[in-house]
Amino acid sequence: MTMFKNGGGRSAIVWCIFVLPLPAFLILAYFLPMMGILSWSFTDPVPGLQNYARIAEDQTIHLLFWRTLRICLTTAVISVLVAYLLAYHWILGPPARQRLIEMAILIPFWISVLVRAFGWLILLRPKGLINENLIALGIITEPLAMVRNEIGVVIGMVHFMVPMAVFPIAAVMRQIDPRVIQAARGLGAGSVRRFIEVFLPLSMPGVIGALFIVAVFSLGFFITPAILGGGRVVMVAENIFVRMLQTANWGLGSALAAVLLVLVVGLIWILSRIVRLDRLL
Amino acid sequence: MFDDQLQDNQLQVIGITRKFGSFTALDDVSIDVRRGEFLTLLGPSGSGKSTLLNILAGFDAPTEGRLVQDGHDVTRKPAEARNFGMVFQGYALFPHMSVARNVAFPLRVRKVPESEQKRRVAEVLERVGLSAHADKLPRQLSGGQQQRVALARALVFSPDVLLLDEPLSALDKNLREQLQLEFQRIHREFKTTFIFVTHDQTEALALSSRIAIFNRGRLMQMDGPTDIYTRPSSRFVAEFLGQINLFRVENVTSAKDGISGRFGECLLAAPGHVRDPAWVGVRPENMRLKATQPDASQNAVPVTVNAVSYHGPTVLLSLTAATDGTTNVLSATMPASEWTDFDAQKPHWLCWSRDDSLVFPQENEAEQGA
Ligand SMILES: Nc1ncnc2c1ncn2[C@@H]1O[C@H](COP(=O)(O)OP(=O)(O)OP(=O)(O)O)[C@@H](O)[C@H]1O
Ligand SMILES: [Mg+2]
Repeated sequence: MTMFKNGGGRSAIVWCIFVLPLPAFLILAYFLPMMGILSWSFTDPVPGLQNYARIAEDQTIHLLFWRTLRICLTTAVISVLVAYLLAYHWILGPPARQRLIEMAILIPFWISVLVRAFGWLILLRPKGLINENLIALGIITEPLAMVRNEIGVVIGMVHFMVPMAVFPIAAVMRQIDPRVIQAARGLGAGSVRRFIEVFLPLSMPGVIGALFIVAVFSLGFFITPAILGGGRVVMVAENIFVRMLQTANWGLGSALAAVLLVLVVGLIWILSRIVRLDRLL
Repeated sequence: MFDDQLQDNQLQVIGITRKFGSFTALDDVSIDVRRGEFLTLLGPSGSGKSTLLNILAGFDAPTEGRLVQDGHDVTRKPAEARNFGMVFQGYALFPHMSVARNVAFPLRVRKVPESEQKRRVAEVLERVGLSAHADKLPRQLSGGQQQRVALARALVFSPDVLLLDEPLSALDKNLREQLQLEFQRIHREFKTTFIFVTHDQTEALALSSRIAIFNRGRLMQMDGPTDIYTRPSSRFVAEFLGQINLFRVENVTSAKDGISGRFGECLLAAPGHVRDPAWVGVRPENMRLKATQPDASQNAVPVTVNAVSYHGPTVLLSLTAATDGTTNVLSATMPASEWTDFDAQKPHWLCWSRDDSLVFPQENEAEQGA
């Protein structure tokens, strides 16, 4: 840092070359286009608030938002439960188990969302692997409906979200002082009480953080619901796409996007009130 | 001690060895812990003190040997079933619980009725002087206060034994001395057996009814503080506990009341028996500096004064014994008022009584290590 202090001219150059490109890129590539889109919501097809008025009144749009929130919440809760178990064994398990879980968390990152969604489709559809095998085994006679409904969408989204939820939970678990747990043991607490009274409350910031992170990510989900919902389980993001590119209703589409953006920002704001974000990394 | 109660062995460590792979952290340690005593485990870093404490607590199991509590083998009894209190080095308070909830934790675990919990928590907080802080979280307290919470939490359920692993090492000197006094008072009031780990020798001498000295996983000596200070059984113990001046003596001859051996031109006498060659040791406070050679009833070594440091009531002298080539740096203390009579430039004689001399063999020194 000291090398930048003397000579204002030089430090300005350094600043321009090394620091400026990132905010500049964000403004050009994200902020300006977003502003443009948002402005359509007030101008298209005619200037005014009619797009927002429609969102406030239209029952199908309310249904759309409720469905989206319901799926996001279910996904968040299930993902966090699974991620908690994984994180627990990742941090506290024997080394061999730790390596195994590491692979299980990292490998999904290398496979595209599209491939994973189609993978689930192959497994879950009526003539898919799971149903065929269950029927062959005589456990069921009719195939279970696991795609083209919310179950399928939630399964696909949970699969995508679990690794994302593991990281904040594991980060917080790693900061728990093992001596505190040992102290609980020395004071007479058995394993169940140690977990419920000490470990769980101390790992709660990670759980809350993970819940919000998964919820925020899920709000904008597009590919997974489109493929596994098969057009029947439409979430807000898919609906925006349809309105803008298929029915060419740019104004309403961008108003929906604006509402979605407000929801996301609101969730992040609430999260930042509850837990210290830097502890989640 | 004439008190039979004190001789009652509450906990017996019998031949305990703990190996980590090929490394022996504890080597055949046997200790009888008396009911109600304040036993200190003292030793340099890595000597196995914490390892022994963890075995006592039940967090670790010995490779060999047994642990017997009141006649029952408890070697494999899990920590949570032992009813021992434990104070950790970093306090290990529950950060999400208030002081009162922290202290009530062991009572909650033991399903003590709510009203009884309240009463006992209030009482113990009163005793450690934290009543005003009952509703605070640990991070809102100072280090000394957190330490007291840890102590209160470990005492509230009247444990059979209280284990303390360097509980004061994170505190500054003043606070440490204040808490030492409190530990003594609390030990007297609660009459619980304290097993206290430290590597601070002054702390050990000040607090303990007995001290067990460890080196490289072995128990070197166990005795009361006065005995261990005045009659260390090995050079290691003598050097570890307090200051000692050592003279390497040769041509050791034994008489019935002790030995004598040559240190340069001087003949040094000491009680006890030891084989040649040996060390003769003297504590600095037992030595006198004289301007002239004393008579032969005293041990005396010619010295020159290197440096003098003033410590208020006393001065600490750094001296060199100039005896044919073997230069020893020695230290001695004397009342500051006496020092004014000396001329530091002149040669002097350092004298001490033969009864204040200690002798140690030079054999197996490599093993003992210093
Ligand atoms: N889990 C372990 N695995 C391997 N070696 C260990 C383990 N625990 C302790 N040791 C070794 O055993 C020796 C004794 O350790 P211990 O913690 O008992 O020392 P200590 O006397 O408490 O020292 P200090 O005063 O520094 O706390 C050390 O050399 C340490 O490296
Ligand atoms: Mg230790």
